[in-house]
Amino acid sequence: MTVSTVGVPAPSELPAAGPAFGGAGSSRFKRAGNYVALIPFHAYVGLFLLFPTLVVAIGAFTTNKGQLTLDNIGAVFATKAFIDSFAVSIQLAVVTALIGAILGALLSWAVVRGNPNGALRQLVVAACGVLAQFGGVMLTFAFLAFVGYEGMLTLFIRDNITHTRMDMSWVYSLTGLIMLYAYFQIPLMLIVFLPSLDGLRQEWYDASASLGGGAWSFWRHVGGPILAPSFLGALLLLFTNAFSAYATAQALISQGCGLVTQQIACQIQSEVMIGRENVGKALALGMIIIVATVMLLYAYIQRRASRWVK
Amino acid sequence: MSGSVNTQLGAAAPGGGALLARPKGAGRGRRSSRSQTIARYLILIFILGYLIVPLFASLEFATRGDFDKTTKTFGRSLASFAAIFTYPNLIDSIVASLQIAALTVFGMLLLLVPTMVWTIVRVPRMRRVVEFLCLLPLAIPAIVIVVGVGPIYRWIGQNLGAVGASPLTLALIDIILVLPYSYRALDSSLRGIDTGTLSDASRSLGAGWPRTILQVIVPNIRGGILSASVLAIALVLGEFTISSLLSFNTVQVVIFLLGHRDAYVAVAVSLTALFFAFALLFAIARFAPGAASRAQRVVEEPAA
Amino acid sequence: MTATTPEPAASGLGVAVVFEEMHRWYGPVHALDGLSISIAPGELIALLGPSGCGKTTALRALGGLDEVDHGRILVGGKDVTGVPTNKRNMGIVFQSYSLFPNMTARDNVSYGLRLRGVDAKARKKKAEETLDLVGLAVQADRYPHQMSGGQQQRVALARALAIEPSVLLLDEPLSALDAKVRRQLREEIRRIQIMVGITTLFVTHDQEEALAMGDRVGVMSAGRLEQIAAPVELYERPQTRFVAEFVGLTNRIPAKTDGTDVDVLGRRIPLLPGASDRGVVQALVRPENVRVTPAENGSSRVLAVSFLGALCRAQVALPDETIVVAQMAASESSGLYPGVAVDLAVAPAPVFVVAN
Ligand SMILES: Nc1ncnc2c1ncn2[C@@H]1O[C@H](COP(=O)(O)OP(=O)(O)OP(=O)(O)O)[C@@H](O)[C@H]1O
Ligand SMILES: [Mg+2]
Repeated sequence: MTVSTVGVPAPSELPAAGPAFGGAGSSRFKRAGNYVALIPFHAYVGLFLLFPTLVVAIGAFTTNKGQLTLDNIGAVFATKAFIDSFAVSIQLAVVTALIGAILGALLSWAVVRGNPNGALRQLVVAACGVLAQFGGVMLTFAFLAFVGYEGMLTLFIRDNITHTRMDMSWVYSLTGLIMLYAYFQIPLMLIVFLPSLDGLRQEWYDASASLGGGAWSFWRHVGGPILAPSFLGALLLLFTNAFSAYATAQALISQGCGLVTQQIACQIQSEVMIGRENVGKALALGMIIIVATVMLLYAYIQRRASRWVK
Repeated sequence: MSGSVNTQLGAAAPGGGALLARPKGAGRGRRSSRSQTIARYLILIFILGYLIVPLFASLEFATRGDFDKTTKTFGRSLASFAAIFTYPNLIDSIVASLQIAALTVFGMLLLLVPTMVWTIVRVPRMRRVVEFLCLLPLAIPAIVIVVGVGPIYRWIGQNLGAVGASPLTLALIDIILVLPYSYRALDSSLRGIDTGTLSDASRSLGAGWPRTILQVIVPNIRGGILSASVLAIALVLGEFTISSLLSFNTVQVVIFLLGHRDAYVAVAVSLTALFFAFALLFAIARFAPGAASRAQRVVEEPAA
Repeated sequence: MTATTPEPAASGLGVAVVFEEMHRWYGPVHALDGLSISIAPGELIALLGPSGCGKTTALRALGGLDEVDHGRILVGGKDVTGVPTNKRNMGIVFQSYSLFPNMTARDNVSYGLRLRGVDAKARKKKAEETLDLVGLAVQADRYPHQMSGGQQQRVALARALAIEPSVLLLDEPLSALDAKVRRQLREEIRRIQIMVGITTLFVTHDQEEALAMGDRVGVMSAGRLEQIAAPVELYERPQTRFVAEFVGLTNRIPAKTDGTDVDVLGRRIPLLPGASDRGVVQALVRPENVRVTPAENGSSRVLAVSFLGALCRAQVALPDETIVVAQMAASESSGLYPGVAVDLAVAPAPVFVVAN
């Protein structure tokens, strides 16, 4: 896929002593050789990432016989369950990204203020690494062990406070999902944001203080603007992370088709109506479009917010 | 005031000196106000508390024994943990997942290390392209890949016989999923050494590229390779979406199914797995600090 | 104040600063161990000392960035020990990277004024004036990463001066720069400091810098002040062994002393007060006080000769193999080549001695 760029080296890239080493022909040949070494990587990514994406994109516009159609897209817009699933997913992703980003940033701050080589920091970072990237199904079970029908808190309240069985159905609703997502969103924020906070130099704080600024002035004029781009980037990552998540919701509400990811899974697993096999691909394309839009928006804001970055 | 007076002052007041000689706790460099310290502890207590409580609840849940109706409390027992070994499915799936993880790590390193070294020393203009492709999986949800990868797996299943039916084929996609994380870890490690000069030196001494990469570059980026591998392993062992939708029994899928049959054992397994993963990451943070901090730099700027 | 201390040119802006018996512990480390210094209005004190001796700690204590465990700090007669940094009105220039990266040079310089509620127009004017003072008026709209290290430090200086601070504190502001820029900038800092007449504490571990810039130079070691004096005095009349050894290049030449005079290389010269060792000792002799004359039957031998611009340095081995460095004007070095036999003599300047 990159082979097309092989033949056109920029003039500046040509070796200065070109002709002395056998002329443009052999240097071009060598140059091509340089790119050949990258073929395995590109071929692999092409086959297992770009090709599937292409299958989705094309499939969204074709029938299963390969004819062009807009029916799949139409079906997405016409079916309330689909539209609702997008709405719920976006809502969940936005809310948990905000919660995760804010609480995660606060936690990062609290951790950073301590000893950088201290046990506290290493403990928190390791724990967050596990929760953020390992979690899914297992986190859900832990959550249910806490507030599920037989959970520790549920039983404690039943046995010691209300003495009747409580209605815990909220756990299996959007509220429960939000609380549950926080268990991996906050840690992910910490992992992503900690290095940026580390990058804030003590000198900036000291300089601000010596010029008459308190904590508020520092954060408003210096720390805040400096961290804004990475905070925004992290927020975006949290959004896509939550928006793409499947395991957690599936483990909590296994028969549900409430989120887009679950809806797509339902489409894959159930033998859908004849002629609409590709609706799942249309849904998947919808996901790609939403994530891509958010990323473009982010790239734009990022460029404006960080004129001062090299 | 002259120097001699100062030195006298400096040596003065032995009594006071003794009084002062007791160190007052190692303060940090900066004056930190009381309110900040209080805020810090409140944040630590509440947020960490929020994150930890379910794990504690899991422990309570998984160690429940018989219910005592009179005291309304559970006895404590390790039966659920012992029962883990009575589910051969589970053990099989753990083995399978570990094998997938090993394959993924191997494939990821084989794919990334030479490519990244090559872009640094030979075709720097491709560096951004490679970076973009590596970070792209962050923007393409796993479930989208599952939808699109159908034809490939159908072909594999139909044409490769026993190999095609093995869950180990999952490594093919898992390699893609771990790219962003592994790339970051390797990249910061490669930036830390002068890759260009190292390989020039090695090749000027007569080594070919394979030897240069294996014997010169790789030993110098061990930390990055370690963290890239740990991240990849964690991701593979935690992967659910793809394996469940392609109907392969990886450890997460089996735990998921177990959750419907025996919640106690499922929680016991989860807790054990989380604990081992935590112990591993913590040990790396403690004993290979560089590697751990590199692993944190997962995403500085998302692919856009 | 002793007679040898020059009276600095006091101007309107400068205030007196006094450290009294300051102590600071970091855990078991006694970073300040009863430090007392008194700085006259408008004076520039260069604080010199080896790494880790507490220079930064002293400066941060004065700036209010660090607490002291014991002792007082007086600025213009007022006790400021408990006053937080942002109420002290001190200009601080840090070693490096202290500019706010998200602000242009101008915004950096006007930051302090903004916090003081100065209106935008006055702020702009003051910022430009101050940038002009450090010779950077044309770079006002650049971001820190678009400027060289030297330019960044100039902006940092302008930023510190813009708030018209009562005291200027510089913590190794030149150490991240290369030698040439360093020399240039230190002269400029000194020029501006004299012009503004601001009381200044300049921390450095570079002796040349300290001796070139300070009205007086304070030498610190292990959290205490060893000696504070005008550069010439410090160099010629060290009061402690530490100062004698730390400041300037020093030869250790075998000698004998009776407590008032020293016999070195066959000459009797005065002993500096403060040296307590007696009998067979080593005299600490400055290279420029060692005279080398080619002599056919001289007992010492030249090992190497190196030229440092107008100066010449010769390494000479004594009969007992002690190596002595002599420094002279290049014009006086004729006849000195490696291998040449020479006679050594010591100029009659008072010296410090240490036990063998
Ligand atoms: N925040 C801190 N925590 C613990 N110890 C500290 C801290 N700051 C300084 N110290 C210790 O106090 C002593 C004095 O440090 P200080 O920074 O004042 O030295 P310095 O003279 O400025 O050295 P340098 O020339 O290297 O900058 C050192 O032993 C240092 O290790
Ligand atoms: Mg210092």
